[in-house]
Amino acid sequence: MAKTIAEKILARHAFEGDVSSGRIVTIAPDVLLLNDVSGPIAFDRFKAMEARRVASPERVVLVADHFAPASDIASASANRMLREFASTYGIAHHYEPGRGGIEHALLAELGMVDHGAVVFGADSHTCTAGALNALGMGFGSADLAAALATGSLWLRTPETIRIDLTGSPAGFVTGKDVALSVTRELKEDGGLGAVLEFGGPGLAHLGMDERFAIANMAVEAGADACAFEGDEVSAAYLATRRRDTGPPMLPDDGAHYRSRLSIDLSALSPLIARPPSPASVVPVESVAGERVDQVYIGNCANGSLTDLRQAASILKGRRVAPGVRLIVVPATQQIMRTAMAEGLLEILAAAGAVIGPSTCGACFGGHFGILAAGETAVATTNRNFRGRMGHPDSHVFLASAWTAAAAAVAGKIVSPATLSRDADA
Amino acid sequence: MIPIDADHIGRVYRVGDHVDTDAILPGRYLALRDPEELGRHCFEALDPQFCTRVKAGDILVAGRNFGCGSSREHAPIALLAAGIRAVIAASAARIFYRNAINLGLPVLISPNASAQMKAGEPATIRLGAGLIRQGDASWRADPLDGEVAAILAAGGLVERTRRRLANHDTRGTAHG
Ligand code: SF4
Repeated sequence: MAKTIAEKILARHAFEGDVSSGRIVTIAPDVLLLNDVSGPIAFDRFKAMEARRVASPERVVLVADHFAPASDIASASANRMLREFASTYGIAHHYEPGRGGIEHALLAELGMVDHGAVVFGADSHTCTAGALNALGMGFGSADLAAALATGSLWLRTPETIRIDLTGSPAGFVTGKDVALSVTRELKEDGGLGAVLEFGGPGLAHLGMDERFAIANMAVEAGADACAFEGDEVSAAYLATRRRDTGPPMLPDDGAHYRSRLSIDLSALSPLIARPPSPASVVPVESVAGERVDQVYIGNCANGSLTDLRQAASILKGRRVAPGVRLIVVPATQQIMRTAMAEGLLEILAAAGAVIGPSTCGACFGGHFGILAAGETAVATTNRNFRGRMGHPDSHVFLASAWTAAAAAVAGKIVSPATLSRDADA
Repeated sequence: MIPIDADHIGRVYRVGDHVDTDAILPGRYLALRDPEELGRHCFEALDPQFCTRVKAGDILVAGRNFGCGSSREHAPIALLAAGIRAVIAASAARIFYRNAINLGLPVLISPNASAQMKAGEPATIRLGAGLIRQGDASWRADPLDGEVAAILAAGGLVERTRRRLANHDTRGTAHG
């Protein structure tokens, strides 16, 4: 039977012969990912399961990123639990600040996710791995504890929604705008029970960083996961990070899709998600003038080198508006170092940005940039739920690094195109 | 955990559509692991009185896409600690659904029950049969997947996995 990318990838990892949507299957993933928030609970459960060993320690990746460097005693002990679990069970892939970064960006960088791989992560944004023609699925701590102990998990094979990308994006339109166009179309739950499969001629115009940004927000449409077609771009990315790379997985002709969606990249303009939903998406122009207190450029989706370059291109020779705080968080240590070498951090700092360590930080309202009551932020993050970045009465708009940087300069939401026109004038 | 083949009676507490796990348990508490402490912060922005209003055994009735967003297991831990013993929803986010089931917090999917059940009044759940009743009305929830039923029957994923490991029933260790 003709198969989608997700069905093909799952079939390679399943104990059962028939992997078609709706079937219950047992999947042995290539990578298990846990962080300092999901890990400690998983370790408690692992112990309660009376597990004596981790099935495949070489497949396990532990990342201290949410509260790292630790923000208080509770998080310091959570970070220590990761350290102890790694040494007790022989897990070499354990990353702390200074050597790591935010898990999903870091995992890709490590080259551990090949075309056709399966990642099970105790974090909802594990779907980010989909950009690499792989399947990343989020779970909770108990599931990951069971996966640590047994090497596999059951799941119901998802359906697939096909998203065809056409055209090439206009100026100041980037992966984030494509991600927001997807949540605009599918809403918060249009992807429930499905994998979003991205392909089509438009894909060639999107670099890996942009694809990660799109894949990252699949869960914001309720999707189980996301799978990009593999191509030269993904193969080239993997070639610099792995010794050998599997062939790209493509869907079969005649594969069954629950529904199909087509996105013309050339028709997109810069988009923004209004609080309190990542699916409440409008053109940036339609909320122009909204005053901002904080701009946050970072997170697992949009703290990439591409984002930092975009932000720097806007902020070069400009200043952050008085009364606005600009926080920039390179997603990994490697990105931080490259940005330093390229002079991007100097441009951003000169403009008045504070450069934060590679942590989840304020993205989930943890630390390093919490919002007070009544404050408004523009963030390149993926969620703007009520209270997500701090006080329940704060407001977060989600947008690209271009749009975020433009808001930092203007002190209010503006289209990045308008800002650069003003400068030229 | 509520019984599988006997009635569970609890009062209904209602919430709306797309209630995310940040609303159930805000991110700033994620370094905590003590259930009681987490329970005190359950729904604190939505309803600051939630944990005093809810009595052990209560049933949470939600709209569409309940538990969307973050994978934090802290969310069902907090709900359980606050006293919620079952969730009825029109639909639920996959990760939350699994997390809840894994902890022995059953989630019943029934758009009609979700739309029609009344807040503040008692309702009866017969989990095994997927039967929900309130006053004169009754609804049948979607049947549970075999694996979900097995996890609930064991009292949660920890116990189910513990038994599998004890019986060397770990067909997932192909790579181990
Ligand atoms: S950066 Fe934000 S969305 Fe990404 S893993 Fe961290 S908390 Fe989650």
